Amino acid sequence: MSEPATVAAPATLPTPGNVLLEVQGLRKYYPTRQGLFAAGAPKVHAVDGVSFWIREGETLGLVGESGCGKSTTGKLILRLQDPSAGSIQWRGREITGLNAGEMRIIRKELQAVFQDPYASLNPRMRAGEIVAEPLRNFGELAGSERKERVAQLFARVGLRPDQLVKYPYEFSGGQRQRLGIARALSVNPKLIVCDEPVSALDVSVQAQVINLLMDLQEELGLSYLFIAHDLAVVEHISHRVAVMYLGKIVEIAPKRTIFTSPAHPYTEALLEAVPVATPGLRRARKVLGGDVPSPINPPSGCRFHTRCPYVEARCRETEPPLVAIAPDHLVACHLRPGSIMADPVSAAPSAA
Amino acid sequence: MAEANPASPPVVTPVNSGTAWRRLGAALRRHPTAIAGAVVLVLMVLVAVLAPWLGTVDPLTVSPVKRLKPPSAQYWFGTDMLGRDVYSRVIYGTRVSLTVGLAVALAATAIGLAIGLVTGFVRWLDAIVMRVMDGLMSIPSVLLAIALIALTKASLTNVIAAIAIAEIPRVVRLVRSLVLQLREQPYVEAAVASGTRVPMILLRHILPNTVAPLLVQATYICASAMITEAILSFIGAGTPPNIPSWGNIMAESRSLIQIAGTILLFPGIFLSLTVLSVNLLGDGMRDALDPRLARRL
Repeated sequence: MSEPATVAAPATLPTPGNVLLEVQGLRKYYPTRQGLFAAGAPKVHAVDGVSFWIREGETLGLVGESGCGKSTTGKLILRLQDPSAGSIQWRGREITGLNAGEMRIIRKELQAVFQDPYASLNPRMRAGEIVAEPLRNFGELAGSERKERVAQLFARVGLRPDQLVKYPYEFSGGQRQRLGIARALSVNPKLIVCDEPVSALDVSVQAQVINLLMDLQEELGLSYLFIAHDLAVVEHISHRVAVMYLGKIVEIAPKRTIFTSPAHPYTEALLEAVPVATPGLRRARKVLGGDVPSPINPPSGCRFHTRCPYVEARCRETEPPLVAIAPDHLVACHLRPGSIMADPVSAAPSAA
Repeated sequence: MAEANPASPPVVTPVNSGTAWRRLGAALRRHPTAIAGAVVLVLMVLVAVLAPWLGTVDPLTVSPVKRLKPPSAQYWFGTDMLGRDVYSRVIYGTRVSLTVGLAVALAATAIGLAIGLVTGFVRWLDAIVMRVMDGLMSIPSVLLAIALIALTKASLTNVIAAIAIAEIPRVVRLVRSLVLQLREQPYVEAAVASGTRVPMILLRHILPNTVAPLLVQATYICASAMITEAILSFIGAGTPPNIPSWGNIMAESRSLIQIAGTILLFPGIFLSLTVLSVNLLGDGMRDALDPRLARRL
């Protein structure tokens, strides 16, 4: 893969000791054509140089509009798709080059919950079989012990024992997502990639599922990569939040910082879009104009310049690097004065 | 459902699940033509099994004195140019047609399924195998079967094998397209993510979802195999002449069509009736198993 010259990869992201997952310069380009003529054809820059890390027991929220590459990032980490470039380190071990067999061993610690709670469950399998599948895959527990474990998982996620023999269509959306969570939990993973786990659910059910995930985190010390398209959902569950736009992370910071003092104009715009539950409160809304540009031919310079209210000449020409403006607050924007270049010591994330 | 227990969340109506067999039964009941097809087919199977006890005589016994008799109380369908009882020959011919139809349907589906599963899942094999299949499909199946028969000697097994080879590409194409579709299903991705090995993914998550469309395809293959067998026999490239098959009877009576047209009529009626009933059954199953398709047609 040819590296665009303008990309400034944040090469010196801090690496604290208890990092579980570290992603560096991750890229995924899809050819717009297949086969013989794929070489010269334009490519979709779905993920274009994404770097972040997740510590043990931490939830990183990954937010962005549809099509910004956040789900692709999740799939790349799970190695459901192969990255075009970049590195993914799982507990210090590079997993991008692993073959299917080697990756399978990692999967025991790296599970996933998917967006569509119906489509991600095989309609022809019973609920109990679905939850037991990872256990069977890894030859963990057998016979009555496995059954016991599945029953225990059912109870833990709030499903009844009589539902073990039911088929997915007999469950409601929220219950199906609980099944998905139970399946992910069965092999005691360390990190669960949650790919928009609640965006298909009713608002009241969303809260239940998020609370369940948070309880489980507290109880089992899990880490989450929590992918979502709106900030409101992420606010509750995340410790840190990364905001993605057109295949790149534009800002990454602790939750409170993102919500109180966002540094990137795009983050600002996303926050403006979060509904406020105060009757009578009138805000001067700054609504983003225009559409997301095509990822086949992303804008030059800063990718957000076509929609940014503060756009300047240099935004169109040079791409802003992701730099630290405060300890563990990284922003990719030319207009942030006093940007301090990432310093491994000062930018190291403070202990959670 | 939900009314019984207000606390429980709303139960969603089944869309696509293990109830497929129950839906098949229900939908077949809604299709009287499919029922008719099934009834005729069951009768044909009974005829084939019970052939010796249906008032037949040895279909091979020659009696030149009684040749070319018109239908009568003794010879229901008349006799042919060698004085053989056409009724007995047609009844015994049922065995050949049904055997060929079922055997070809089974063999073609089983082999096609195996090839289709592998090609759908192994990318690099896909291009190679599918080009071979395209090549096979570019030859009309009757022609391909004739060519294959020409390479071997005429026997029932060879006829079955030749027709099956000609039918396999259709199954491969169907299964491959299903696999390509199914492997993109989120639950297959979820299975990969939860550490399921490829053979188990095929077995547990993909194979069960190919059964219904394959069943429909198998009935069509069965019908078309019976016709191909008759065509091959008719042109003398199929079932050996010493075995009474519908195609053979028709071939022998072709030259006598102006003298004793009835000889040609009876195997023709049997063949049409059987093929029609298999097709009706297939249509009914297709409608039952794929409600979307049924609405479109």
